[in-house]
Amino acid sequence: MEISSNTQALAYLVSAILFIFALKGLTHPSSARRGNYYGMAGIALAIGATLMGSEIQSYGFIIAGVAAGAVIGTVVAMRVQMTAMPQLVAALHSFVGMAAVLVAIGTYLNKAAAGQLNAVLMGELSAGIIIGAITFTGSVIAFGKLQGILSGAPVKFKGQHMLNAVLGLITIALGVHFAMTESMSSLLLMTLLAFVIGVTLIIPIGGADMPVIISMLNSYSGWAAAATGFTLGNNLLIIVGAIVGFSGAILSYIMCRAMNRSIINVVFGGFGSSDAGGDSAAAQAVQKGVKSAAVEDAVYWMEDANKVIVIPGYGMAVAQAQHALKEVMELLEEREVEVKFAIHPVAGRMPGHMNVLLAEADIPYDNVLEMDEINPEFATADVALIVGANDVVNPAAKSDPASPIYGMPILEAAKARQVYFLKRSMRPGYSGVDNLLFYQDNTSLVFGDAKDTIEGMVTALKGGGH
Amino acid sequence: MPDTLVALYVFVLACFIGYWVIWGVTPALHTPLVALTNAISGIVVVGALLVAGLDGAGSAAEIIGFFAVLLASINVFGGFLVTNRMLAMFKKEKKK
Repeated sequence: MEISSNTQALAYLVSAILFIFALKGLTHPSSARRGNYYGMAGIALAIGATLMGSEIQSYGFIIAGVAAGAVIGTVVAMRVQMTAMPQLVAALHSFVGMAAVLVAIGTYLNKAAAGQLNAVLMGELSAGIIIGAITFTGSVIAFGKLQGILSGAPVKFKGQHMLNAVLGLITIALGVHFAMTESMSSLLLMTLLAFVIGVTLIIPIGGADMPVIISMLNSYSGWAAAATGFTLGNNLLIIVGAIVGFSGAILSYIMCRAMNRSIINVVFGGFGSSDAGGDSAAAQAVQKGVKSAAVEDAVYWMEDANKVIVIPGYGMAVAQAQHALKEVMELLEEREVEVKFAIHPVAGRMPGHMNVLLAEADIPYDNVLEMDEINPEFATADVALIVGANDVVNPAAKSDPASPIYGMPILEAAKARQVYFLKRSMRPGYSGVDNLLFYQDNTSLVFGDAKDTIEGMVTALKGGGH
Repeated sequence: MPDTLVALYVFVLACFIGYWVIWGVTPALHTPLVALTNAISGIVVVGALLVAGLDGAGSAAEIIGFFAVLLASINVFGGFLVTNRMLAMFKKEKKK
C-alpha cells in the first residue's frame, strides 16, 4: 500500500502531537508510563508513514538496519545497570549525532545524483553535518569520562578557547564555501574539523560537571535532528528536534542554576576533580577537630528520632548503597520514624539520577523530595544522614562570600538536630572546597564504605530494638 | 512563502512548545526525560529510511543509509525500552 504525501504529512502531524503528549506525561510519575507509550506510538506511526510513502523503493537495507538496531537496542536497554544510565545516554546521544551526519551525507549524494543541489540545501546540509559531528565526538568523550576510560579531570591548556573559536570559524567558513561552490574537499574538511571540535569542546569540562554535559549533548542531539529536518524539508523532524533541543537547554540551565554558575563558566571553567589526598581519614579528622562516630551511635539517634532525612549523593551510587538504605528506611518506619530523602538537583552524574536509583531500590517516590520542598523540614528533623554527598550541604555556600561555591543553593542539613556524614575519607567534594558542616558541634562523621556502613545500621537495627 | 521559511516558522513555534512542555516536567523524572527525548530524537530514522530506501541499487548512499538506520534504530528501541524500565520503578507508597 502506498500513501500520498498529504496523508503522510498528516500522519507526521499526529506523530508530533503524540510526542508532545509523551513529554507532557512526565509531569508526574503516575502518568509517565502512559506518556512513554504515546512516544512509542508516535515513532511507530512516523516510521510506518515513511515506509508507505512513494520515496521508498527498496526495503532490503531498511529491514536489515531496523532489525539489527532493534536487537542491539533492546539487549542494551534490558541489561544496563541504573548506575550506568549516564553512560548509556551519552552513547545514545552519539548515535543520534552520527546518524544525522550520515543522513546529511547520504542526502547530499542522492541529491547530487539527481541534480537537485542548491545553495540553501547545501547550507542546511553543512549545518546538519557540523551539529551532528560535534554531538557525536562530544558524546563519545563524555561516554569515555563516565565509563572511566578517559580521566574525568578537565584537560586544559593555554589558548584553548582561542583554538576552539578559530576551529569554529574555519568550520563555518568551509560550510559556506561548500554551499557556494559545491567543493567536495571543503565538505570533507568541514566534517573532519567538526569532529575535532566535539572533542576540544568537551575535554576541558570536568567529570563532576557531567549533569551539565549530558544535558548539553541532549540539546545538541535535538538540534542535529532539527537540522536534518531542514535538509529534508520534513516538519516532523524540525518539531521534534526543536523540542528536544530546548529540553536539553532547559536542563542545562537548571543544572547550572543549581550550582550558581553560568553555562559559560561550566563550559570553559572546568572545576577540578583531582584525586589528591584521601589517606588515613580518621587521623586527618582528629587533626582538623572533626568528631567521628561509630555506626551504633548513628543508629542510637536514628531509632529514637521522629524524623530522619537522608541526603544521597553520587557516593551512594558508587557504593551501590541504595538497597541497604531502603532496608534502613523500612526498619526505621517500623519504629514509627518518618524517613524522607532530599535530592539536590545536581546530585549524581545526570539530572534526576538519584531519583532513579532510589526508585530502583523500591523507595516510594512520595518519600523523595526536591530541594525546595524539603529545606523547610530540616529544622524539625532529628537526624540528617548524608550518604556520599558533600558540596550540596556545605554551609559555606551561604555564609562565606570568599568560597568558590558561595551562592549555590544547598540542602540545609546543618539545621537538623544531629548530622551524620557517611564518608570514605576527609577528601573535599569535587569543588575542592572544605566542608564547614564537618566542624559543626552536632556533626559526626562515620568513616567507611557507604554500603558497609548502612548494612551495619541494618544489623544494628535488627539486633537492637527497644 | 518558500518552503525554507515555512520550515523556519515551524521550528520557531516548536521551540516555544518545547520551552513550555519541558518546564512542566517534574525534576524527579529528569533522567527519564533525557532518555525519552533521546529516544524521540531517534526520529532521524525517518531521514535515514529515505536515504537507505531510495532505489535499491546498492549505491554508496544506500550503504550510508543502512548505517544511519542502524544507529537511529538502536536509539529508538534502546531509548524507549530503557525509559519504560525506569518509569516502571517509580512507585507510590503502598497503603498499609
